[in-house]
Amino acid sequence: MHPIQFLEDGVLKVGTLCAYSYLGRPHSFSIGNGLFSSNSSDVYFLTAAAASAAVLFFMVYDMKVVVVGNGMVGHHYVETLVKSDINADITIIGGETRPAYDRVHLSEVFDGKEPEDLAMCTRQQYKDWGVKAHFGDFVSKINRDAKHVVTEGGRTFDYDKLVLATGSYPFIPPIPGKELPHCLAYRTIDDLGEIKASAKGKKVGVVVGGGLLGLECANALKNLGLEAHVVEFAPGLMGVQLDEGGSNMLRRKIEALGVKVHTSKATQKIVEGDQHRLKMAFADESELETDMIVFSAGIRPYDQLARDADLKVGDRGGIEIDYQCKTSDENIFAIGECAVLGNFIYGLVAPGYRMAEAAVSQLNKSSDDKESFTGADMSTKLKLLGVEVGSIGDSKGMADESRAFVFSDERSDVYKRLNVSADGKKVLGATLVGDTADYDTLLQYYLNDIDLPNDPESLILPASDGEKPALGADALPLAATICSCHNVSKGDIIDSIDGGCVSVADVKGCTKAATGCGGCAALLKNVVDAELNARGVEVNTDICEHFEHTRQELFTIAQATQTKTFDEMIERHGKGMGCDICKPAVASIMASLWNEHVLDSDLVPLQDTNDTFMANMQKDGTYSVVPRVPGGEILPEQLIALGEVAKKYGLYSKITGGQRVDLFGAKMNDLPDIWKELIDAGMETGHAYAKSLRTVKSCVGSTWCRYGVQDSVGQAIDLENRYKGLRTPHKLKMAVSGCTRECAEAQSKDVGVIATENGWNLYVSGNGGMKPRHADLFATDLDTETLLKYIDRFLMFYVRTADRLQRTSVWLENLEGGLDYLREVIIDDSLGICDELETQMQHVVDTYQCEWKTAINDQEKLKRFRQFVNADKDDENVVFVEERGQIRPATEAEKKRSQFKAVG
Amino acid sequence: MSQNVICSINDLVANSGVCALINDEQVALFYLPNTEQKVYALANWDPLGKANVISRGMIGNIGEELVVASPLYKQHFSLTSGHCLEEEVSLRTYDVAIEGDFVVFNETVS
Repeated sequence: MHPIQFLEDGVLKVGTLCAYSYLGRPHSFSIGNGLFSSNSSDVYFLTAAAASAAVLFFMVYDMKVVVVGNGMVGHHYVETLVKSDINADITIIGGETRPAYDRVHLSEVFDGKEPEDLAMCTRQQYKDWGVKAHFGDFVSKINRDAKHVVTEGGRTFDYDKLVLATGSYPFIPPIPGKELPHCLAYRTIDDLGEIKASAKGKKVGVVVGGGLLGLECANALKNLGLEAHVVEFAPGLMGVQLDEGGSNMLRRKIEALGVKVHTSKATQKIVEGDQHRLKMAFADESELETDMIVFSAGIRPYDQLARDADLKVGDRGGIEIDYQCKTSDENIFAIGECAVLGNFIYGLVAPGYRMAEAAVSQLNKSSDDKESFTGADMSTKLKLLGVEVGSIGDSKGMADESRAFVFSDERSDVYKRLNVSADGKKVLGATLVGDTADYDTLLQYYLNDIDLPNDPESLILPASDGEKPALGADALPLAATICSCHNVSKGDIIDSIDGGCVSVADVKGCTKAATGCGGCAALLKNVVDAELNARGVEVNTDICEHFEHTRQELFTIAQATQTKTFDEMIERHGKGMGCDICKPAVASIMASLWNEHVLDSDLVPLQDTNDTFMANMQKDGTYSVVPRVPGGEILPEQLIALGEVAKKYGLYSKITGGQRVDLFGAKMNDLPDIWKELIDAGMETGHAYAKSLRTVKSCVGSTWCRYGVQDSVGQAIDLENRYKGLRTPHKLKMAVSGCTRECAEAQSKDVGVIATENGWNLYVSGNGGMKPRHADLFATDLDTETLLKYIDRFLMFYVRTADRLQRTSVWLENLEGGLDYLREVIIDDSLGICDELETQMQHVVDTYQCEWKTAINDQEKLKRFRQFVNADKDDENVVFVEERGQIRPATEAEKKRSQFKAVG
Repeated sequence: MSQNVICSINDLVANSGVCALINDEQVALFYLPNTEQKVYALANWDPLGKANVISRGMIGNIGEELVVASPLYKQHFSLTSGHCLEEEVSLRTYDVAIEGDFVVFNETVS
């Protein structure tokens, strides 16, 4: 939308279209002494003089928009505006020193995430968008008459439209002693730094406030190794969202996790402690000693700026807005937590985003394009200290006509309350603690005003016989919000299917549904399946024409029936002779299960050519050879041996991305001899040809590096030696980094391990390549034994359940329940299969053999390594030429040229 | 017609392929012991991948057709006719058979 964007160092970039219309002849034009260059779509002016000249010509914006506050909502406003058709000169001013970050997931910084991981934007991004962004300077004054704002740093910014997205600040109760050192707040990344510093080497921490944020904070203190206490003024935890029963159940569960909960406690004063730094004295004359106190007793809107400018504010604070998010000054908007609509503050991020979008839409000229914000649903589902909590609508049943169903299970610690209308037809609200599986369904009933079944209680009762009455996707109206994180409705999903999406993965990619918290994944699948079904699209998951099964089913069949050959598989469970799809898939399953040699006579016809010749076929039919270099550590003798083999057999040598050496141009009939020499030098096969573990990359770690905290090389070698030879649905890559600097790039691998001072952080399902995916942090501070256990389970669960040629990244994206479910299976053993997974892995580890070592000692297996069965000649079409001192395959043209000189 | 012995049946690999030289031409030999014809011969040159690799492809069936998949770009070629199922190309076929313990090539002499 911006015709002009500033790049680094005052360089100005002008859209091509614009250059044509204003400059006429862009390919021969120059201004002053400015250099001018043109690539396919962009035109660059390279001097400041040229830039300023150009500015005079082109700076034609419809209006100046100034946004105060660079939190999540302020950032969303800017992003929405940039991506709209509105032509605005945008300035954003943030009080914090860093660009917007994801405050919702703040506590994950204690879980191993870096502050950068939470960033929602970078300075460069704003630059690229042509947005002027200023950080670390608070706006101190609005001058409504002059239409400008002034910052504490003394800068002035003119506006046509002003947007206040100032957010909120933590409320600190007026308790004497609250200003003592180690009395802190919990709101920003900088606060986290202070909390971390204060907790270092200490034992006890108190959180004042038993609401949602307070409990998150208690979890953070617990993760820092402190004995965590929660002090709440009210009689129960999460009093805003939960009724008494739910609140009590939450308390039981949290106390079982080792957090001490004190309710109905009014803190009178804070003084210096005797055993610890501080002592809290309560109204009931009890006392509590602690090393630090974190206040999380609610938030208050940042509305001082508006008050000073005489904008209307709510009775209990907050800048008053109308449905267009306008304040009492028609040129000033307020959005997010600083705004109050009808005496209500929407303290969640999703409504904040909706306000931002509505406020942007007011800048459109046509009234048709203007949206309203008339309020938002405040239902929430989350995990607090690992406890699932959900709250929908009137969760406590406050309305007169509300009738409740309550289910409480004190053995499994589950509490559910469903509030319905007096006639039993509609959901008014619900409370769920300990199990939120019913949340999505109940929320849809609530949001869409769907009539309840005759026995509404069945919606929250455990299913004793048969299934619960499922809410069919057909029952949902088009406007029903399926994914609230990305505001995707059922209608949007149907549009995406109209647009050509044919699977859940397609729809996810197209609409972003289920890519936020992932809570709607199951519902999304229902909607997509129902819609595809309705169109008569049969979703065929058969692996190929020979088996009416998925790979996952074939795996289960092979395992359950102990089938060891393809012939038995296809005879009993398939038809025909098989093909290049099902044969390698079954071969891989057999290898994962029974781990027999790939060149055994009944297995060899199933292998792809790379597995058949245990080398990688290149474009000219020759092969490349890659020996294993565990962890990238190699003896000088082995390097010499590699060099000698390359020289003797005339091979092209290149270092791979996985820290090993690839030798190209090997003739099929030379492969056994080449391997004999490599094996004699102490090397073994690297499985570069197989769908299996490739490499475990490592940095040098604590052994050599000044910054390393663990021996990453040792760990990488152990991992590589443990999992080498494991055949998997697709190739696998791993890496181990010795500290958080992450030089081994572990977060781009299927399994990534990063050393911490206390052990290892485990990341899973990362990917580089065509579709990069940042790995997910799976577990933190593991000892080596637990690390191996989790990796064993993770890999075997992947082997069991993935589709053919599905990398762990795509597998996890498609796994119903996502990362949380994966953790339940692998850490909590929710399926009760962990022992079996480990046993299976141990079998593979115990039966490892170097395939090449076995093959070179078996004449029957070497039979195929002959170019011709009836002649001792080479393939005449394999021709090399020299380039940079090594061989390369000759091109077709070079082969035709008679005068060309062949090498070797 | 003359008959030339190419190799022994032991040189073949069941349900897979090997390569032989017949009159200086590279020929892929496929041995499918469970079919009536048992042995099939196609040119070893992959005209799409431009390399001598057909003998190293995987065999199977697509519908009624017995096929080999090129190991380079996975196009399928009929073992009986040599036609490619995906592209407008064909491989030459050779008349081979099993005689006793040997694979023989039936050459039409003009």
